[in-house]
Amino acid sequence: MTAGVSAGMTVSAGMTESTAAPAMDTPPRLAVDALLDDPGTRIIVCCGAGGVGKTTTAAALGVRAAERGRKVVVLTIDPARRLAQSLGIDSLDNTPRQVAGVAGGGELHAMMLDMKRTFDEIVEAHADAERARAILDNPFYQSLSAGFAGTQEYMAMEKLGQLRARDDWDLIVVDTPPSRSALDFLDAPTRLGSFLDGKFIRVLMAPAKVGGRAGMKFLNVGMSMMTGTLSKLMGASLLKDVQTFVAAMDTMFGGFRTRADATYRLLQAPGTAFLVVAAPEADALREAAYFVERLAADRMPLAGLVLNRVHGSGADQLSAERALAAAENLEEGGIVDQESGKAGLRDSDAATPPLAEEPTRADENATVTATATVTVTEPDEGATDEGVTDGITADEITAGLLRLHAERMQVIAREQRNRDRFTSLHPEVAVAEVAALPGDVHDLAGLRAIGVRLATG
Amino acid sequence: MRAPEAEWLGSLAVSRLQVVSGKGGTGKTTVAAALALALAREGRRTLLVEVEGRQGIAQLFGTEALPYEERKIAVAPGGGEVFALAIDAERALLDYLQMFYKLGSAGRALKKLGAIDFATTIAPGLRDVLLTGKACEAVRRKDKAGRFVYDHVVMDAPPTGRITRFLNVNDEVAGLARFGPIHNQAQAVMSVLKSPQTAVHLVTLLEEMPVQETADGIEELVAAGLPVGRVVVNMVRPHHLDEEALRAAAGERRAEVARALSRAGLGGARRGGLAERLVEPLLTQAAEHAGRVELEREQRGVLEGLGLPTYELPLLGAGMDLAGLYELATELRKQGDEE
Repeated sequence: MTAGVSAGMTVSAGMTESTAAPAMDTPPRLAVDALLDDPGTRIIVCCGAGGVGKTTTAAALGVRAAERGRKVVVLTIDPARRLAQSLGIDSLDNTPRQVAGVAGGGELHAMMLDMKRTFDEIVEAHADAERARAILDNPFYQSLSAGFAGTQEYMAMEKLGQLRARDDWDLIVVDTPPSRSALDFLDAPTRLGSFLDGKFIRVLMAPAKVGGRAGMKFLNVGMSMMTGTLSKLMGASLLKDVQTFVAAMDTMFGGFRTRADATYRLLQAPGTAFLVVAAPEADALREAAYFVERLAADRMPLAGLVLNRVHGSGADQLSAERALAAAENLEEGGIVDQESGKAGLRDSDAATPPLAEEPTRADENATVTATATVTVTEPDEGATDEGVTDGITADEITAGLLRLHAERMQVIAREQRNRDRFTSLHPEVAVAEVAALPGDVHDLAGLRAIGVRLATG
Repeated sequence: MRAPEAEWLGSLAVSRLQVVSGKGGTGKTTVAAALALALAREGRRTLLVEVEGRQGIAQLFGTEALPYEERKIAVAPGGGEVFALAIDAERALLDYLQMFYKLGSAGRALKKLGAIDFATTIAPGLRDVLLTGKACEAVRRKDKAGRFVYDHVVMDAPPTGRITRFLNVNDEVAGLARFGPIHNQAQAVMSVLKSPQTAVHLVTLLEEMPVQETADGIEELVAAGLPVGRVVVNMVRPHHLDEEALRAAAGERRAEVARALSRAGLGGARRGGLAERLVEPLLTQAAEHAGRVELEREQRGVLEGLGLPTYELPLLGAGMDLAGLYELATELRKQGDEE
């Protein structure tokens, strides 16, 4: 957006200076609509640091894809209340619900992840009633499923696998949990797998099997020392809960790992596209760079970077420094034109209507001129005298406008530096910019507006 | 050697463990670091800990990644010192096993077996117990003369959405492990966390979502019996124009603005002149500013409704650096003194 504006403005001679650091090699633009329209795109995963607008981006992509004719389901993890309300998914039932008010030929469904319920459902689906009850009643299981670190990540991937298996939708857009370390959701299935493959689980299970015949062969001296230690550490009752849990889950473990592996492979498949979401802040882009590297290492298909809340200015030919100097100039009241040539223009400006200089624009300008000639009672000898109404002078207003502009230009420069750093690390990553909105988004119209920005940014 | 009693930062200095949380993107690491600097006043010593393995402190102070070791990272004006520690759950567990059970070699065996990995990543809550446990250990630690080693411990904690569960997990673990050392350890940690020795601060921006999360977070903390400290409003922008002036500028005083710009040396004020063409984009930006000011006013109202003491920290235009951090620390001290 900024690029377009500044290109247009360079036409005006004499005002070519610009503080925005000269952009480095501009990264390729992310073709969002092409991605959404491609029937080969079956899963879009939005990942990124907390607070960068992941959930909003996922929802906006869902709305746009549906309105462009696709049958979409959006899986959100922990949406802000009003965003959830706007999608009609503020009640938790762990099932996708159709979103009303979506135009066009497609359909939008949305759901919010209920991790405990997802976990319970897996247990119920893979164990007989009696065993399921034993697991669900186990205190260790209840804590585990209530959402300690890692469970949410694992359940999000589990739910994604389920949605994909149902094959009811031709596009799944998934938001990722606000993890402590950004890619926990990638690690969770592997971590579970390595745990299940590990020796530790056999140690845990050994004592539970001591009573039975089969367990004895696992129980050598080293392991009994180990369980002794564990019992000392955890307290006998907790250890027993864990052992009972592990024993009850035993038959399900295979299924867990198979599905975890399948989900992991699904993420690597060609129909999946990862979008790394960031804001143009140093921290968020540092995380984004890390994501890009991690995805590459795991051979996950990256579609590009969505850069939210990018600031621009329609007056970016006016530098922050110059705007501040001009503001100070006006506030001091002693106007000394740095550019002598302007003095003459200024006088003629106040004295004669503009049509004398620019006849072709006279019509458009009529109202402005009329107002000006009414308010301005004398030529600006004393600069601050002009039009003192409402207790604030035009100079004060103008100085305020200039200070605001200087601030905006500083923000733009800072954002550009952060972006340049990312681009220099990963010049190949396509970028979609979303211009900053003045307020929060919590309805379909707002999501639609973001969708437009995503596609055209 | 160090000042005996705190009479500054108001009642804030009472809490020896200061936990800083906030929604992602609100700058909680920055605020935690500034707070650690602010509290390291008059020769005091603070420990800044991080628990999420993000190395945010190292990035902020421009140092290499922090090891699992307390090291000095900054000196505060007046000779105070800030130490930093990135708590690593696995190392904390091995330490703990060594310290309480002299399990040096058994600890290594457990690690080989995958038990340590299990405990720190999969076993519910253990990781959080270890992290909060280590912070509480630093709070209680005394030197040979019987004085506290650190006057304050400041924790860069998990975000608002997870903070109550994170701090309260010891309660749950104490319930789960009904006897034994884990039970005792969890109870000991809880006795620090739920006492006035602890204050949980929430960092927010003047935006709807962070403010909503702050309100929800406070509700959860209170329900769990955890002591809520201050709300820190971060990145507050200065206000330049009131709405009335803005309306006037956009309406009947438009031409005056163009002439003022021209007088300030920014080109011709006539239609199509350089100054005149600046008016529209400048007004657009000002209108966005006014909209944001209005939203901020609403959100300030919501925050006031929470009835908690509030600190405000300015947005630093140039971005965050070490100088900015000291500036924020000074600001926190000033507001603490006025409290």
